[in-house]
Amino acid sequence: MKPSPLCILVLGGFLFLLSIQAQAADSKPPSALSPVEQALTHITSEDEAVRDAALRTITEQGDSSLIPRLEEIRANVDRSIRQAIKPVMDLLKNRAKLESSEADARRSAATDLGTSGKAVAIPWLDQAAAKEPNKWVRYTMEESAALLKLAGDDQVARLGAIEKLGGLASQNAVPALQEFVTVGTAAEATEAQQSLAKSAKASIERIETWAAWSNAIETMFRGISLSSILLIMSVGLAIIFGLMGVINMAHGELMMVGAYATFITQELFRAFVSPAFFDYYFAVAMPMAFLVAAGCGLVLEATVIRFLYGRPLETMLATWGISLVLMQAARVYFGDLTAVAAPAWLSGGVQVMVGVYLPNNRLFIIALSVVCVLAIYAILFRSTIGLRVRAVMQNRNMSACLGIPTRKVDAYTFAFGSGLAGIAGWALTLIGNVDPGLGQNYIVDSFMVVVTGGVGKLAGTIVASLGIGGLNKLLEPSMGAVYGKVCILVLVILFLQWRPSGLFAIKGRQADT
Amino acid sequence: MPENNHAHIRTEPALGLFFWLIGFVLLILMPLLNVLPAEDSWLHLSDFSLNRFGKFLAFAILALGLDLIWGYTGVLSLGQGVFFGLGAYCMGMHLMLTIGKESVYGSDLPDFMVWNQVKALPLFWKPFYSFPVAILGAILVPTAFALVFGFLAFRSRIKGVYFAIITQALALVAWLVFNRNETNLGGTNGLTDFKQVLGFRLAEPGTQRALYVLTVLCLGCAYLLCQWITNSRAGRVLIAVRDSEQRVVFSGYTPANYKLFVFVVAAALAGLAGMLYVPQVGIITPAQIGVLPSLEMVIWVAVGGRGTLAGAVLGAVSVNWARSVLTNYFPELWPFILGGLFVVVVLLFPDGLIGMMRKAKEQIRLVKATRVSQAELLR
Repeated sequence: MKPSPLCILVLGGFLFLLSIQAQAADSKPPSALSPVEQALTHITSEDEAVRDAALRTITEQGDSSLIPRLEEIRANVDRSIRQAIKPVMDLLKNRAKLESSEADARRSAATDLGTSGKAVAIPWLDQAAAKEPNKWVRYTMEESAALLKLAGDDQVARLGAIEKLGGLASQNAVPALQEFVTVGTAAEATEAQQSLAKSAKASIERIETWAAWSNAIETMFRGISLSSILLIMSVGLAIIFGLMGVINMAHGELMMVGAYATFITQELFRAFVSPAFFDYYFAVAMPMAFLVAAGCGLVLEATVIRFLYGRPLETMLATWGISLVLMQAARVYFGDLTAVAAPAWLSGGVQVMVGVYLPNNRLFIIALSVVCVLAIYAILFRSTIGLRVRAVMQNRNMSACLGIPTRKVDAYTFAFGSGLAGIAGWALTLIGNVDPGLGQNYIVDSFMVVVTGGVGKLAGTIVASLGIGGLNKLLEPSMGAVYGKVCILVLVILFLQWRPSGLFAIKGRQADT
Repeated sequence: MPENNHAHIRTEPALGLFFWLIGFVLLILMPLLNVLPAEDSWLHLSDFSLNRFGKFLAFAILALGLDLIWGYTGVLSLGQGVFFGLGAYCMGMHLMLTIGKESVYGSDLPDFMVWNQVKALPLFWKPFYSFPVAILGAILVPTAFALVFGFLAFRSRIKGVYFAIITQALALVAWLVFNRNETNLGGTNGLTDFKQVLGFRLAEPGTQRALYVLTVLCLGCAYLLCQWITNSRAGRVLIAVRDSEQRVVFSGYTPANYKLFVFVVAAALAGLAGMLYVPQVGIITPAQIGVLPSLEMVIWVAVGGRGTLAGAVLGAVSVNWARSVLTNYFPELWPFILGGLFVVVVLLFPDGLIGMMRKAKEQIRLVKATRVSQAELLR
């Protein structure tokens, strides 16, 4: 069918009218509105060019007081416009956050701006960096500004940014710098691109050297952190082992008892003490954990261990039975998972250098292990009871002849060792959940520490836990956690070939102890 | 340090009426009770019960080995589950390969490999197509492993608590390694879904009955082997090592060699037990070879009475029976009972059930003797 001429005429006339109307809407005479106000009205325009121009005006203005108005506009427009407005609002918000009083907010705003790719943000970041008091926030601001400059067209600014990022050892910049290198080394690269590539290469090298160092330091820290956990767990075990030749297989569950004591203290604080003092619960929980675990140890000694002296293997089995009972009791009573909220002053961390961030709770545990060891040394070597403990350790019969109540010393030592387990449990609540299996996580490792360290000398335990903890973290990145453990077991066995009774065995004439 | 309270040496009684009686019940009567009486008769022993009992008897073989090393020689190994697991996995790998195209994915490869996107069968799986290799492997792999581990441990005179801890670490490490997917041993889910062994369907009651009889025969042989060892001169040395290793050294023996020998025998028996366990139970996972199962094995021997072979068998069967009954009715209670069992047995009944029986017998004889003497006095 052919369209009739009349039809075409009517349709054409209709279209013409429509276009006139559209032009009329566009060519509204400029009013007395300020450019920003005007832009705000233009934002909702159908025409993309107009809209973009409006958004650019608002962005350049950078006034965060516009956010509520933008919010309002967004509520009433369709999806494509909403999506166009969103990044502008984010930019404005982040700019406002750069002035925030909280360092973390300033820092995250700087990071966001850095990844936004908007060159507008460069002067904002530069201004903010100039008056920033916090070193690490300033670092992020400078890094973000340099990252944005990389995307620009200005050759000199780019070279400067590349240089700067190398100096900052910025890990985030590596992909972008890599891009420069690939572009600049291609056959058709211009001279400018080549010089950029050369500079980028140098910067990447600097960044990578720095990363290697910071990685090494972080690995070392992780190793020390694990070592200190092992040390806190093992000292109690080692003292009991040294004195009585007994490995207390319920040690892990005594730690669990300490952890639950912490949890209960927290719940009591939550229920009866005003929230203002809530954070003090953690300090109160420490003696609680020690006393409860020590009490458990005392009961354990009086009812079970006492009857098994001189039979270490049987003691191991009996204490393992007790550990089963304790674990199941916790499971039945507390259920499977309860968490302790770390006090505010222990959350967060410290940044010591670029790429190295040390969490506070780990630092706390390291400090605690040092304090524990010092306290134990003081007790063992500066007090009467310590003197007695050492005497019994060295020669039980002789000490008994000299009037030392060896059985009492045993009981107190066992309770003390158990109390140390309680403190270990208290500390472990900082880095994990409190659950009935808490004691099982590291316990075999700490047995290994005690065995490797040898009997009777604390130094052995310290060195062994440093060795096993450090090796664990050293092997983990290259071999994976499981094969690292396999490797450590093999190493321990080989080590015992050389020193069958551990690092620091007491020298003497006894062939069979 | 007080001497071990096992200082007096007991010799095992010669194969008495008792041995043959128990053998008759296990080998002939129980399968007959399974086959002959009608299903609803009170004499009938269900397929399930017979199968379960077969599992206990497989454990008893392991307990015999553990008794040799711990009860007789005084070396506590907390890693017996590892040797059990090695035997069980050798057998399991063979059974896995015989599934063939019956598997869920219809591939020649085991299901978990398809799942893990392993394209070709790993090299170490290939020999296990052969049944004899699987049988030999189930015994020889744990044996070889025990030989190396034991050689290193005993040569450097690692003993007592040290040895126990090292073997426990071994159990932990083995558990971790078997749990990994990249070792191609089925990961956490282990090996399961077996269909047949040597062409016999595992789901058939007849196959299970045959496996049961085989287990009883193996247990009998293991018992005879252990009795032969403990009654030999070497057996005397083992007991001497337990009671005072130093004196054994001074008498010119090398305890390390005796310990290594008995450790290897125990590992072989554990491997055998694992091999018999797998087709009867139909699954082997890392959960059965870790730290806790290895410790549980020790309690079997302790409950039965260590230092007596009958005690090991009795303990393995009774503890496992109690476990399967109690976990059925009171699952929450079992850890309490198991833990309590450890404490009570170690504290109050160091000689276990057999020791209690002996004591009871002694008591009865004493009562009888007093009666006789009183009667004589009266006369």
